[in-house]
Amino acid sequence: MTQDAVACTGLAYAFGGTRAVDGLDLTVAEGEVFGLLGPNGAGKTTAIRCITTLLPVPAGMVRVFGHDTAEDRMAVRRLLGYVPQQLSADQSLTGRENVALFARVFDVPRRERAARVGQALAAVDLTDAADRLAKTYSGGMVRRLELAQALVSAPRLLILDEPTIGLDPIARTGVWEHINAVRAATGMTVLVTTHYMDEADQYCDRVGLMHHGRVRALGTPAELRQGLAARRGTTTLPTLEDVFREVAGSGLDDESGDFRDVRSTRRTAGRVG
Amino acid sequence: MSEAPAVPQAASADGIGLLLQAPRPRAGWRLLPARVGAMCAVELQKLRHDRTELYTRAVQPALWLLIFGQTFTRIKAIPTDGIPYIDYLAPGIIAQSAMFIAIFYGIQIIWERDAGILNKLLVTPTPRSALITGKAFAAGVKSLVQAVVVVLIAAVLGVALTWNPLKLLGVAAVVVLGSVFFSCLSMTIAGIVLSRDRLMGFGQAITMPLFFGSNALYPLSVMPGWLQAVSKGNPLSYQVDALRGLLLGTPAHLALDFAVLLVAAALGIAAASSLLGRLAR
Repeated sequence: MTQDAVACTGLAYAFGGTRAVDGLDLTVAEGEVFGLLGPNGAGKTTAIRCITTLLPVPAGMVRVFGHDTAEDRMAVRRLLGYVPQQLSADQSLTGRENVALFARVFDVPRRERAARVGQALAAVDLTDAADRLAKTYSGGMVRRLELAQALVSAPRLLILDEPTIGLDPIARTGVWEHINAVRAATGMTVLVTTHYMDEADQYCDRVGLMHHGRVRALGTPAELRQGLAARRGTTTLPTLEDVFREVAGSGLDDESGDFRDVRSTRRTAGRVG
Repeated sequence: MSEAPAVPQAASADGIGLLLQAPRPRAGWRLLPARVGAMCAVELQKLRHDRTELYTRAVQPALWLLIFGQTFTRIKAIPTDGIPYIDYLAPGIIAQSAMFIAIFYGIQIIWERDAGILNKLLVTPTPRSALITGKAFAAGVKSLVQAVVVVLIAAVLGVALTWNPLKLLGVAAVVVLGSVFFSCLSMTIAGIVLSRDRLMGFGQAITMPLFFGSNALYPLSVMPGWLQAVSKGNPLSYQVDALRGLLLGTPAHLALDFAVLLVAAALGIAAASSLLGRLAR
């Protein structure tokens, strides 16, 4: 019997009086690519931070491969590879040094460290650029480097927070191809947040549409689109964005994220160039 | 579930054999030195790639020794028990330059928070105290490299320093311990103020009082009573006392100095670790 990679039950988290996550129930099956979708401020990143143990779980429960994130943090962290929304590779180190740091903090023995780092870099096609400083990389290369950092510890669950934000279409495709290739080769579970509906449609096995801190719709992209078509009584298949507009209702443009969210998104996009 | 996509050549299972198996966790006491080693290695790698900071930070201590040290040696205004003032000053300037590096280390933590690097490190199997200890010793390594530069400048200016390897090892330990405390003080403030601008303001507000409120420039005996009390509570004074004793052979309270620095470092690590979570939110 396979175990759920992630199981959130009644997860809630508030920043002061603002409920960022408001009773989230969610399961991610082992081996799937699950997309958590929603506009800025929907609660995706806060949910991810609870799952990754960055934030405590004040209400509800989060389990990663059966481990309670509130009580067994170290065990949970050993199972995770995490790529945050920001461009988080250290620009003043080379690609190889960036990956080697994560090999060291995940206790990769010295005798196999160089080989493992080399394999992680090769898996994302960065072998030739491995000894260049990360500040000379393009945005897409930095994202691939971050992927290599996450992969070097052989995680069972790879969590990517807006991995393609600010990238041009070719670089976005490149990042996704590498994510899928690695997933196919390793069988790891991938939990990804994005607000690019087209990406979710194309690359995710299942998606959860999040709005105001809760999942409003859940299923495969095809199921969600067919469901909306049936409700509308039309044969023309709607897009995932149409589904999202329906479950979220009106007023999305006015509510999508506060100043901090937008600044963070623009800063990342700016660094990607 | 969707079909598995085509696998690019680079990620075929043959080429990523090692990435299919998680490394065995390091347990118990071996975890802390491993994390400290990892953080120190990163700091040295950064210094290897860009030494600009090393050179620019050498200017100020050189000026202190060259101008302040040589001038006050001539006017003999400060009692130094018979040794030239520039010799008396040199250990104080070594401690000062190490402290100046460490006291702004919190800015790096905030920058790493903003860049997502800190969050990524916090999601690794590294207890927060081990992460802070690693960062603090990394600041110590950076300060140590700077201290070597200042020692060389002092030697060029004719300061009569010891070259006894054991005593130099002691000097290295004192510099690192002092930097561990001051970098933890900085990271603690970072955990409270949460922004680079505010931390910069705090850093500038406390560096000079710490420096002038110590025995780096003048002995305790010439200070007014209230400043003597401040100086006795200032870890920098114990660092300078130990450095003078080791480098110049002046009377020092080495056991007390090391004890104070060790306790201060431990308290600093505890305080900074307890506030690290605030930076992750």
